[in-house]
Amino acid sequence: MEIYELSALELGRKIKQREISVAEAVQASLEQIRKKEPQYHCYLTIDEEGAKKRSALVQKQIDEGTFTGPLAGVPAALKDNLCTKGLKTTCASKILENFIPPYSAEAVLNLEAAGAIILGKTNMDEFAMGSTTETSFYGITRNPSNPEHVPGGSSGGSCAAVAAKECFYALGSDTGGSIRQPSSFCGVVGIKPTYGTVSRYGLVAYGSSLDQIGPVARNVSDCAAVLETIASYDPKDSTSVKRDDCDFTSALYEDVKGMRIGIPRDYLAEGLQTEVKDAVLAVAKELASKGAVVEEFDLSLVEYAVPAYYVIACAEASSNLARFDGVKYGYRTPEYDGLHNMYKKTRSEGFGAEVKRRIMLGSFVLSSGYYDAYYLKALRTKALIKKAFDAAFEKYDLILGPAAPTTAPRIGESLQDPIKMYLGDIYTVAVNLAGLPGISVPCGVDSKGLPIGFQLIGNLFREKDLIRAAYTWECSDVSGARQREEEK
Amino acid sequence: MAKQYETVIGLEVHVELATKTKIFCSCSTQFGGAPNTHTCPVCTGMPGSLPVLNRQVVEYAVAVGLAANCQINQYCKFDRKNYFYPDNPQNYQISQLYLPICHDGYVEIETGPDKKKKKIGIHEIHMEEDAGKLIHDEWEDCSLVDYNRSGVPLIEIVSEPDMRSAEEVIAYLEKLRLLIQYLGASDCKLQEGSMRADVNLSVREVNANEYGTRTEMKNLNSFKAITRAIEAETKRQIERIEEGKAVVQETRRWDDNKEYSYAMRSKEDAQDYRYFPEPDLVPVQISDEWLRAIRDAQPEFRTQKQERYKKEYDIPEYDIDIITSSKHMADLFEETTALCRQPKKVSNWLMGETMRLLKEKGMDPEDIHFTPGHLAQLIQLVDERTINGTVAKEVFEQIFDRDVDPDVYVREKGLGAVTDEDTLKKVIEAVVRENPKSVEDYRGGKKKAMGYLVGQTMKELKGKGDPGIVNRILGELLNQE
Amino acid sequence: MANKITDETIDYVGILAKLELSPGEREQAKKDMEEMLDYIDLLGELDTGDVEPMSHVFPIHNVFRDDIPANTDHRGDILANAPAQKDGSFKVPKTVE
Repeated sequence: MEIYELSALELGRKIKQREISVAEAVQASLEQIRKKEPQYHCYLTIDEEGAKKRSALVQKQIDEGTFTGPLAGVPAALKDNLCTKGLKTTCASKILENFIPPYSAEAVLNLEAAGAIILGKTNMDEFAMGSTTETSFYGITRNPSNPEHVPGGSSGGSCAAVAAKECFYALGSDTGGSIRQPSSFCGVVGIKPTYGTVSRYGLVAYGSSLDQIGPVARNVSDCAAVLETIASYDPKDSTSVKRDDCDFTSALYEDVKGMRIGIPRDYLAEGLQTEVKDAVLAVAKELASKGAVVEEFDLSLVEYAVPAYYVIACAEASSNLARFDGVKYGYRTPEYDGLHNMYKKTRSEGFGAEVKRRIMLGSFVLSSGYYDAYYLKALRTKALIKKAFDAAFEKYDLILGPAAPTTAPRIGESLQDPIKMYLGDIYTVAVNLAGLPGISVPCGVDSKGLPIGFQLIGNLFREKDLIRAAYTWECSDVSGARQREEEK
Repeated sequence: MAKQYETVIGLEVHVELATKTKIFCSCSTQFGGAPNTHTCPVCTGMPGSLPVLNRQVVEYAVAVGLAANCQINQYCKFDRKNYFYPDNPQNYQISQLYLPICHDGYVEIETGPDKKKKKIGIHEIHMEEDAGKLIHDEWEDCSLVDYNRSGVPLIEIVSEPDMRSAEEVIAYLEKLRLLIQYLGASDCKLQEGSMRADVNLSVREVNANEYGTRTEMKNLNSFKAITRAIEAETKRQIERIEEGKAVVQETRRWDDNKEYSYAMRSKEDAQDYRYFPEPDLVPVQISDEWLRAIRDAQPEFRTQKQERYKKEYDIPEYDIDIITSSKHMADLFEETTALCRQPKKVSNWLMGETMRLLKEKGMDPEDIHFTPGHLAQLIQLVDERTINGTVAKEVFEQIFDRDVDPDVYVREKGLGAVTDEDTLKKVIEAVVRENPKSVEDYRGGKKKAMGYLVGQTMKELKGKGDPGIVNRILGELLNQE
Repeated sequence: MANKITDETIDYVGILAKLELSPGEREQAKKDMEEMLDYIDLLGELDTGDVEPMSHVFPIHNVFRDDIPANTDHRGDILANAPAQKDGSFKVPKTVE
């Protein structure tokens, strides 16, 4: 078997057992990148030199016994909104075209402390605003399952890179589904942890109250191991939560007996592609056959999550993105007349259409006279949505549903109609509003061969429930995971 | 008859808190320093950086609130105030709008010769971050941004529109300054910008019920500037009204050199700050215990101190007023007195020489930097007659300027009084010999001539002769036949 | 209820957001904003009269830092990305007339 075919944990094991050297692992990834990148364009920056240099250092520390973790020496990719010291971080925007951060995100530091090798930075929707990775200033990413289709977004580069085996795992960020939706489109596993589990320090903010960093990997086990590595309490992030239950790999066992799983009826309603619905119901059936108690229920308020989400996310974004003004870093327009003209030209030239659209909407809903009607209304709606989930989790351990209404759309199809595009987030955004953890796991393909993913939503801090159920599904005969494994 | 007008003034006072670090990061708040040397990703608004609140800021804000008789919001939050300006690296300021830490307080001021008392209401006190500094380049058509001050903690004290004259405004500011200095929460220096006041002013006819349209004036760096700006703005508004023009609600910038304010208007500065709850910070919950601890740690304020001094120390009320007008001076007084147990003498040094030197050097009492021990030693040196009063003043100047140790200084400079009787006798004998006329006058009954001879003797001794011994020996010599 | 966004509103929001739209972008922005606001108006169906607005999902409070200076001089790093700098400061167009 080729090195690049191994899962992250398998590779880590072989490195530890001296079967494969770190340099060989890095070489394998770089070769795969060389082969696949011209077609898929998953990366914005490939740090070949840095990765090679670090591989020697990491090898030494593994040999000396400093790095003993399961991911030591395993090459990974990072979404380009995670700050990396000395390595360009653009958020796929022209406005940050030359930005080289003087520090690394806490999650990245955690990976490095576990012996990770960073291969480079992955493509994304500009500032994570989008669901297709088509809003990137630096060109689109193609779905490795079918290059005529989008990989989803905004963490499309990370998910496509994992699917194309151009890295062993990747980090993404999820504000309204940006890990889970592209994971489902690309046929990989992605987790959005409970808000506060992974430090946001060094993640370029989109919607601060919604953003979370999470792992994208080829299977549930890798995902759990990466999440375990990046989760930490960080005094630099005031919203970081002290948890002592981050040993997520301990939940990797097959057992859903007695687990109560609810499927929101609204999630199966109109707008859902039939093949997706069937695949999700097949998962429900399988989990039930393994002893879970699965039933449909009314979650309520489902249709209000997307509008509430867009008000909150755009409002926060309009403020978070104010700092990009041509003064301290990034792009500045070459010609201007005075300060305000410099601001306006810099920002108008530096931001793409979707980012401008959201900044305008966000500025409007916060402006004098509209704050109560829009912003406060959205925060009240958020409270109601949280309450609806609280009620659901009194009855169920997990909520099961699709990750997206359809499989990956064709390139160029989605951006025409923003509202339609936003509606694609209907199953994911509520999770961010309520701060809950969610996982997206592959469960088959549609007639065109495009991957389908299902989503499990857990109560706050219940990632282990997600992981256990997802792992149980993955181990089942019908999941297809074993077949994929055998095809290698 | 001409219409009678009344000026209505409210103040927004910004005070930089005396914390060691900034409000949301661990950068130093030290004043000065080369541009941008006290900065980090947080206070320069780097992408991905996040704020973490400095606990001390909350403690100071609550302490000031309690001292100003405020209600404390035991559950308070931060909000973002959004506006673009280069001194504001994130293009939003973290401040408090919806739930400020303190509200509904007052301070009492006294004005006029009869010390008329009046309460000035405090609408709220909130915590926020300071902006950086813009320096306008002299050579190029550009401005330079220094973020050293960006993120220095501020409290903004918003008064009710309760003041009616510049005199009341100054009394209010003095009162606030004193409270805050006593708390040690800030040094409150207007010149260095650690205390800044924006004046909201409107005029209306006397006995009118409604307020007039107000303007806000910024850039007031001294009490004098505040007084002048209030007078000028009152005049400007009355003139407009008399001319039948409306006063426009606007922000005006005072130019103290031209004694004129001008409107800071630009269509690019829409005053629409789009406040919303700061998602990167969590709420502050001040427990009853915490509140009690801050209350218990409140220092003795001026009025209480004045009362105590009257009881404890035998010094004039006038001295007490002056000494307690500065926390630093009061501390010096108490610490020195504790060491030498001579309040009257300590007070004399503070009221006399200290005040003279402060005035001469244009310094504030807060700038005094000598140690109480050195003043106590000086008092002892005089008591023990090691030095006399003239020399003591000279030594005190050295203590004031450089905080010298008076014992060491007197010894090294050889300023100790001459008490050796043989030495003194020789000098006095020479003086008596060289001034036969005065000796004759004295012996002829003009006892005043004695003073002249003492003076001559001291001159010979360069002022270091012990006056008591000199007088005795001279008397003995003159009264000999 | 259909929302109507006027030219004045777009200009005003442009001032707030420091964005200057081309004539083509303006028309698109008006249309987009109208559609989004119509969609957001869906929230009006919800009775939220007695619901407290929720900004933080869980009740964490009092996250503090001690008042101990830690940062040293990072000026080089901080200025390294500046589009324009002079004398250790960020250089911007003149801010006073």
